[in-house]
Amino acid sequence: MKTMIGEEETEKIRTSGELEIFRMRLVDSASSRTPRIVISSGTCGQARGSTEVVESFQRAIKKHDLQNKIATRVSGCGGFCETEPNAVIYPEGVFYQKLSPDDAEEIISETVLNGRIVDRLLYVDPNTGQKFVHESEIPFYKKQMRLLLASNLLIEPTSIQDYLSIGGYRTFFKVLRDLTPEQVIEEIKRSGLRGRGGAGFPTGMKWDLCRRARDSIKYVICNADEGDPGAYMDRSLLEGNPHSVIEGMMIGAYAIGASEGFIYVRSEYPLAVKHSKIAIEDARKHGLLGEDIAASGFRFDIRIAIGAGAFVCGEETALIASIEGKRGTPRQRPPFPVEKGLWGRPTNINNVETWANVPLILARGADWYSKIGTERSKGTKIFSLVGKIKNTGLCEVPMGTTLREMIYDIGGGVPDGKKFKAVQIGGPSGGCIPSELLDLPIDYESLTGAGSIMGSGGIIVLDEKTCVVDLVLYYISFLEDESCGKCVSCREGLHRMREILVDISEGRGKAEDIKVLEEVATVVKDASFCGLGQTAPNPVVSTLRYFRDEYLAHIRDRKCPAKVCRALIQYSIVEGNCTGCGACRNICPQKAISGEPKQIHLIDRALCIKCGVCLDTCKFDAIEVS
Amino acid sequence: MIEDRSLLLSLLQDIQEKKGYLPEEELIETSKRLGVPLIDLYSVATFYKSFSLRPKGKHRITVCLGTACHVRGGVRIADEIGRRLGIKPGETTPDRNFSLEVVNCLGCCAIGPIMVIDGKYYGGVTTTKAVSTLKQWGK
Repeated sequence: MKTMIGEEETEKIRTSGELEIFRMRLVDSASSRTPRIVISSGTCGQARGSTEVVESFQRAIKKHDLQNKIATRVSGCGGFCETEPNAVIYPEGVFYQKLSPDDAEEIISETVLNGRIVDRLLYVDPNTGQKFVHESEIPFYKKQMRLLLASNLLIEPTSIQDYLSIGGYRTFFKVLRDLTPEQVIEEIKRSGLRGRGGAGFPTGMKWDLCRRARDSIKYVICNADEGDPGAYMDRSLLEGNPHSVIEGMMIGAYAIGASEGFIYVRSEYPLAVKHSKIAIEDARKHGLLGEDIAASGFRFDIRIAIGAGAFVCGEETALIASIEGKRGTPRQRPPFPVEKGLWGRPTNINNVETWANVPLILARGADWYSKIGTERSKGTKIFSLVGKIKNTGLCEVPMGTTLREMIYDIGGGVPDGKKFKAVQIGGPSGGCIPSELLDLPIDYESLTGAGSIMGSGGIIVLDEKTCVVDLVLYYISFLEDESCGKCVSCREGLHRMREILVDISEGRGKAEDIKVLEEVATVVKDASFCGLGQTAPNPVVSTLRYFRDEYLAHIRDRKCPAKVCRALIQYSIVEGNCTGCGACRNICPQKAISGEPKQIHLIDRALCIKCGVCLDTCKFDAIEVS
Repeated sequence: MIEDRSLLLSLLQDIQEKKGYLPEEELIETSKRLGVPLIDLYSVATFYKSFSLRPKGKHRITVCLGTACHVRGGVRIADEIGRRLGIKPGETTPDRNFSLEVVNCLGCCAIGPIMVIDGKYYGGVTTTKAVSTLKQWGK
């Protein structure tokens, strides 16, 4: 069972029996009953200073000589990003939020040593003012069904031991021992799992097509090129639980007959890259990747390909071109990658979240899985709730959950007393869904019916201060920039659409612009051959469907109702509120603000470039946008 | 069997990381090493956003313009930093001290708008905060 790799002694796991022995030992040595401080440390946690909080906890533990009594766990993202850096103290499950390094000492001396709660660090519901002690009681978590995300807090992503201790790789051994590849595919088909990357293609059917393709060499790919701005569930899974994705890929490779796999991850996600590299290395050391896995003759290994900053590479044929070292331009399909993919070989591509679902389905069975969700969309889906929402974060809910439940029950609604306007779902290829449709159960079909798409599950909440024209202009500019340029319709069509939208947002809109926009949108949709172009007009089409009046206000009245479009707004000083503190005058880059100390100030509109710095600076609500 | 060409992106990424851009002589060297025509390298290098054919500044400022950051005012921040530095996104100050880049989403949407300076993330940025942060970095 033991082999030496370099200096290090590593145990190879070759049978499910050995896996169990290994696991039992881990559970014994790091019992789940051991008190533990779990600090959520994904990219956003780290951006808010979780690394310093971890260090501070470790110092405090040492200072009180508690090394044998309590340990820290630096976990991946728990999903409640709004409260980061946060920590959960186990076994009680006490949840502390928005921590600074100074809080560690108090938590150790109060909560850990004396069982007292530190009141000021508790989560307060922004709507009711109610305080919550335990993680499980917090409304944000309570309404979710965290089949995938919950594991993030149970493990350190860089520790294969942690993953093994929660039963990791057990399903893979079970599959290898008990099921034929055909049976695996049958199980995935029966589960109703559909691709989580966008289009929702049935996963089992894709695997079956790839299995049936005749070739001695096949590949599986994990698409972690999560380019949709506003969506980060794949980052969170790959960062927080990379082994679950690897286990899913191993099962898929066995079912399809592939011996090599790739994780294609964006370069903008350095932590996900780092954690997947460590996970692959550790899996190799334990004989879970490589030759003759589990003494079964099954051979499989995974390499990481790092994207280089091109949104279109999320499209599967472009992704393949990118791994091959070429420009990421999509090609005509068919042949589909399951027939001719990477280097012309049959290739099965699934998204991160899809892969992470695979071990779960085979562990608990297709019957169990297919009971979750709606008739045609099974299982849970992770959505990222971002934008104008109180509880920003990742929420995992059964398919068919309504937008209202997600935005109000989990997300806590719109902050600052503003009015909810719409959500934008599905990234740049998705569409806007207005408040009238809040009770829409979210699944693949209902979203398509409403003129949007599931996409990767980014939900951007918009309030009355968000201008629809400005948002659509943002998306169209994004897509124009990211278009690979191969199809004229996409390259030129998006350019033309952007020009029209710029005109509208700058007060030069003409009555016929809307008609032209609609015409161009149809051409771009019909005449482009990859998903990027075909869906690119969605933001325009869906907002013209639900928010036509807002376009008209820009065109006809030369007004931006949300007061966002710069050419149509003006900054001025509210006399009643101005204290003459001079903060705005000092920071204005244009020297457009004048006034004596303690006197009401004045903005010179001829000089003002509407940069908004004064608005951000003023503490007295004395800057008005009209 | 993995063809050599597949190494192209990672080789270019290594050079980009080490040198901060893709110098011509390194591209020629890589072209010889992989047996891939130089024009193909140029084609790849200009396609992907993370490659640059021009040297970057000593400090690299990245402003996220993902949707969540956009609706919370990311553009105003990028504009303000650009104005203070006298450069546009994608450019480097003449003294090679600062480069400004905008990126389409760093996946930290909860704490947007985000700005990253030399790998350090700043969340909840306002124009005022961006200006004072820039001052800390010597501008």
